Amino acid sequence: MSEIEAGSVGFRRLAIVAAAALVAVAACGGNTTGGSTSKPPPTANIKPPTSVGAGEGQLNLIAWEGYVDTSWTKPFTAKTGCKVSPKYAGTSDEMFTLMADGGGGQWDMVSASGNASIRLIYAGDVKPMNPDLIPDWPNFQTYFKAPPYNTISGIHYGISLQWGPNVLLYNTKKFPTAPTSWSVIYDKGLSGLITAYGDPMTIADAALYLAKAKPDLGIKDPYELTQKQFDAAIALLKEQKPLIKKYWGGAADEIALFQNGDVMVGAAWPYQTIQLKLAKAPVADTIPSEGATGWGDTWMLATKAPHPNCAYLWTQWVSTPVVQAEQALYFGETPVNTKACAQMEVQSPGSCAQYHADAPGSYFDTIKFWKTPIADCGNGSLTCVPYEKWQSAWTEITG
Amino acid sequence: MEGFWTRFALRIWVGVILLFLFIPILLIFVYAFNQSNIESWPIPGLTLKWFGQTWNDPEVHSAVLLSLQAASAATALALVLGSCAAFAIHRLAFFGRDVVSLLFVLPLALPGIITGMALNASFHFSGITLSLWTIVVGHTTFCIVVVYNNVLARLRRTQGSLIEAAADLGANGFQTFRDITLPLISTSVVAGAMLAFALSFDEVIVTTFTSGAQNTLPIWIFGAIRLGQRLPEVNVVVSFVILVTIIPVVIAARLTGGSGVARVQAGR
Amino acid sequence: MAIAATGRPRKGGEAVRLQAIVWRMPWLRATLLLIPPLGWFVLVYLASLVLLLVTAFWTIDTFTAEILQVWNLDNFRVIFTEATYRNIIWRTVALAALVTATDAVLAFPFAYYMARVASRRVQTILFAAVLLPLWASYLARVYAWILILNHSGLLNWSLLSIGLPPAEIGYTNVAMWVVFAYIWLPFMIIPTYAALERVPESLLEAAADLGARRWRTLRDVVLPLALPGVVAGSIFTFSLTLGDYITPILIGGAGGQGARDFLGGSVFIGNVVYSNVGIANNVPFAAALATIPVGIMAVYLLAAKRLGAFEAL
Repeated sequence: MSEIEAGSVGFRRLAIVAAAALVAVAACGGNTTGGSTSKPPPTANIKPPTSVGAGEGQLNLIAWEGYVDTSWTKPFTAKTGCKVSPKYAGTSDEMFTLMADGGGGQWDMVSASGNASIRLIYAGDVKPMNPDLIPDWPNFQTYFKAPPYNTISGIHYGISLQWGPNVLLYNTKKFPTAPTSWSVIYDKGLSGLITAYGDPMTIADAALYLAKAKPDLGIKDPYELTQKQFDAAIALLKEQKPLIKKYWGGAADEIALFQNGDVMVGAAWPYQTIQLKLAKAPVADTIPSEGATGWGDTWMLATKAPHPNCAYLWTQWVSTPVVQAEQALYFGETPVNTKACAQMEVQSPGSCAQYHADAPGSYFDTIKFWKTPIADCGNGSLTCVPYEKWQSAWTEITG
Repeated sequence: MEGFWTRFALRIWVGVILLFLFIPILLIFVYAFNQSNIESWPIPGLTLKWFGQTWNDPEVHSAVLLSLQAASAATALALVLGSCAAFAIHRLAFFGRDVVSLLFVLPLALPGIITGMALNASFHFSGITLSLWTIVVGHTTFCIVVVYNNVLARLRRTQGSLIEAAADLGANGFQTFRDITLPLISTSVVAGAMLAFALSFDEVIVTTFTSGAQNTLPIWIFGAIRLGQRLPEVNVVVSFVILVTIIPVVIAARLTGGSGVARVQAGR
Repeated sequence: MAIAATGRPRKGGEAVRLQAIVWRMPWLRATLLLIPPLGWFVLVYLASLVLLLVTAFWTIDTFTAEILQVWNLDNFRVIFTEATYRNIIWRTVALAALVTATDAVLAFPFAYYMARVASRRVQTILFAAVLLPLWASYLARVYAWILILNHSGLLNWSLLSIGLPPAEIGYTNVAMWVVFAYIWLPFMIIPTYAALERVPESLLEAAADLGARRWRTLRDVVLPLALPGVVAGSIFTFSLTLGDYITPILIGGAGGQGARDFLGGSVFIGNVVYSNVGIANNVPFAAALATIPVGIMAVYLLAAKRLGAFEAL
């Protein structure tokens, strides 16, 4: 056949192959693995620096509310010349999204909790840090030197910061004695007076409650849930929804809700209790009998951080005993630096014991730290519900 | 023409609407003096401390500066592009003119979150880092619409015969533009510019998606509201902005509101 | 060489000749004028919208949120088949329609007064009064409403002090309705006023001469002429409500307050799009969901064009 015909036949063949490929690709599309932790983190081979250079004059941080207070950023800026610009996020998902693409060349560090840190590591958005550059690191509690949520295969993807529990906050006028069970936030008699954290991690709180309330479900770890356990938690939250006045998305939301008498009880961070008490609101918090979920935070360095020296200087600063104590008292959390306990006693006697700053390692085992739910149940089975199902279930509950 | 009771009822209605419009603004003014940093009613006490604190707050300075820069750049670009577009659409009857008019309305007719997401996606796709210039690009896109609408509306009301007369008298294109057209549309250009500046200065949704670590004033305000520690500072800044803009707003109102052109043409 | 009216030969031959060419072909001038803004719109705006649309057909690796350019219709399937999203869409459209109707009713008498009754000076003052709130930060004004509407806020306090029961509309859909109507009201007043101002007095006199009473004139002469302005304003109120996420985040509750949450929930299209982009980092799904308001507004704009709103913008 002539060249033209051959050419057109060739073209048609190519078109058919291309179409078939497209169809195949489309058919394969939509398959989610539920956790790509099988490959090593993309930034594992980035060698952290061995010394800290001069500050670049600017530091852009993504942080939880209350983590970048002027009482410790002002002396930091005076000492290092690094001007601190914080962006506050209310949930781990928000932080994860802001850190997309290694921080986009905009952000230097993020104070990630355990349920964001693993995702950040495997997405390549954070890079390894050198703990030898942090003089206070040897004084950290052993568990927090290399916790599983920021250290993988011996590589440190950040420096632990503080940790704390999710407490039950309540109005003391409505509850003269502290509630002893999380059941109070599912109580139909309190309709319209309850608030809850507007994040899929609330499912873990529900699972934690059901671990005691419905023991036949066999919930051991609130983040590793079989489909049956997961469905039970979702059902409970759907029952709770008509009782909720508003889901809080950040500390200030919840503070306003309690301050104005819109809600009487709900899960919270100790920060809200402290701020409300400062504003003379009649509130108190407690950890009910079922226990509590909690969070361990890490300052992580963005892969594309524009100001890495200021980042290291900042990490050094917030790891010192004085600043660890200040932050712990301001937020109501527990420092990782063992030397901070003495400082906390100086600033507020009795606080060291109150915030468990001197607790033994076994205490940490009683707190269910936030972590990203993945399909791997840890006991060999791969049937646990992964995080994307938590997110879509949460949309269903609140929608 | 309207009867006494109609006018009375209308006056009551206007009064109620004005109250509706301004009570929140009055609250903003009052709560700039709030003693507590949590906003609750009734106000716990009054203090002047927030004024000093806001004045000295470097975050406020840089946010205001960035907003001014972005708004100026966006307005300047929008003036040029929007006026060009208005002239072209006014003069030209071409196939697809309706489509183009529709196109020029889209940035304001589509929700801001879509514009923001779309721009963010293309910056990300082309590897452009988010900065002041990406913010300006976002703002210019909807500012063009405002200038375009204002200038086009005025062009439609001007009499083409004036332009023709100038040409007959021997003025070249540039002279006609400078001496006849420009003065005729100047008020709409100024009004369009002011409206564009106002929109850009207060814009938060598109800006959220087109800014990186930069804070314009609305983004700073949103962060301060989320944080909840410095709400009175927000009120101080907003009160200040309102006071500073009363004069320009009155001027804009004179230029576009009671222009009287329409009434003259209606033969009152 | 062109001779100017003064009789002197004009300087700058090349430039003048170019000018002459352009002058003689008005379409050339108009096209040259159109290229920069149209170029901006096509290259910056339209291209971005198309890219967003394309993204809607992709998906993400849910663990790392990396966008996978795998073509599929999953996102659209979820939106159209799951009841949650259908409810969210219906709810948002209903609220947008309600807010638009409310604003139209609130704005019309106000604009009528401004356009036809007020003196020139009062007109300017009122116009400035309507423009001024647009300069007070949208966020600060919405936040001020929380102060008014919450449990111990200004509204309940006022009602209690005159012996009425508290309204308790804080964090409900009623609150959202009120706040949206408040925020977009200037956008409705201005075009309505412009349209009413353009109604020629002579027409009204003619109607009166023909024996029409005031209400008849209003209904048959003024309203139809003012309609384009109202529709123009409605474009803004409708579209701004359709895509807003800040007001639901600040003012909205959980949707369980019975009658006060009459739309059956408090999650709207804007919330879901924002939480998918800003929180879940699922841009493809957000893009897919975003096509719904785009589609709705496209239909709305076509209808508005028919009603002549584009001349009244």
